Amino acid sequence: MRKRPISVFALAFGLLSMSIPLFAHHGTAVFDTSKTLTIKGSVTEWDWSNPHCLLQFDAKNESGQVVHWIAETQNPGNMVYAGWGKTSFKSGDEVTVTLYPAKNGKPFGRITQVVLPNGKTLNAGAGGADTSVSPEGSKSENYPKQ
Amino acid sequence: MPYRFRALVIGLFAAVTFSPLAFAQNAPSRQSGSPNDWKATSEPAPRHDISGTWEPANGPNDGIQPYGVKAMPNDGKPEHQLPYTPYGLETYKSHRPLIGADAVLPANFNDPRDKCEPLGFPRADLYYLRETQILQNEYKVAILYQYGQAWRVIWTDGRELPKLVDEGVLVGNDVRESRFYGYSVGKWVDDSTLVVQTIGLMPEDRVWLDITGRPISDAARVEERFHRVNRDLLELTVTIDDPKMYTKPWIAMDKFPMRLEDPHRDVMEVYCSPSEMERYNKLFGNPTSAPASPPDGDTPSR
Repeated sequence: MRKRPISVFALAFGLLSMSIPLFAHHGTAVFDTSKTLTIKGSVTEWDWSNPHCLLQFDAKNESGQVVHWIAETQNPGNMVYAGWGKTSFKSGDEVTVTLYPAKNGKPFGRITQVVLPNGKTLNAGAGGADTSVSPEGSKSENYPKQ
Repeated sequence: MPYRFRALVIGLFAAVTFSPLAFAQNAPSRQSGSPNDWKATSEPAPRHDISGTWEPANGPNDGIQPYGVKAMPNDGKPEHQLPYTPYGLETYKSHRPLIGADAVLPANFNDPRDKCEPLGFPRADLYYLRETQILQNEYKVAILYQYGQAWRVIWTDGRELPKLVDEGVLVGNDVRESRFYGYSVGKWVDDSTLVVQTIGLMPEDRVWLDITGRPISDAARVEERFHRVNRDLLELTVTIDDPKMYTKPWIAMDKFPMRLEDPHRDVMEVYCSPSEMERYNKLFGNPTSAPASPPDGDTPSR
């Protein structure tokens, strides 16, 4: 299930590193925006709701243990601009999620992009990129690193 | 009161819906009825008309104003320090925002927004100013804000601005309560500029000025200057005059550009729902202080 870093993620991250600070419900403190994790997993639930949309999915870690992840985007009013919608995911979809992980190492994060089963990529764009990427830029990591 | 409120809402929308001036003043003719027919132009601004659906011209996030008001972001720079009175500074320090130079961790914040309190005015201009619908007739201008599905009325029928009194405002001989969106009166100062004065706002323990916890009080008088540069461009300047909080007036938005959207556009809801907020907090809560196990004893692994 492990996915190796590939250039598209590096490119996406380069773009995200240049993104301007944006509003985030949690502020800037809760996510480690100096790096991303890329996780392949199976969708269990998609909440198209306020104040933030939530994608829940299960993914195996290096030990083969299934970990339940919860990752947020911005609200529907923002995400619709980036091409996301209420029916973007259904339970059981195999997706590859790139996110800023929570600083405390728990399986929470802020989504930067999701690759769908058909290969299409949903970028969180302005609606999902979180604030204050460090001036030095970020680095991408593969999941799992816990 | 609920009946009067509903009656007011119904009356407002009946007025703007059935007025021949509503909605269509600046809309181009629908050639085929398709939303895709809309084309931006730089035609001159129509006279005394700011109606339309407007969005930030520099991208949707420009209106979020994530570091506080656009013209004076709360970034710690000396040139962006506001002229607080001692009480204003004390009030600011009592606020615990998630954003800005004095941001706190999520466990400690106290933004009334996150209790689903109304943003109020002028925060409706100064935070999350996204797709904004403006309707007008010969009596009033109504602004429909995207965040919180909130609206306010600006009277343009020649009435005087109410007077501030201790208990609220004086409208004629009636003392009226302070309101989240205040009492607004607008005057056209030229063919394309509407200047709006607003008073009668909620006190400082109910509302914030911006996302970073700057204060605003019921003593404030806010001036908005809507200048329609051409058909497709509207500039908004907002000046804060609040002697309780600030020693002098200051500009919070300075010619903030908004561009006209396709009049057929159906604006998304952005709201604060207590039940959705509760679910969000239960599922996601505070990632920085989240325990090893999510709420309700579930383990993160399964």
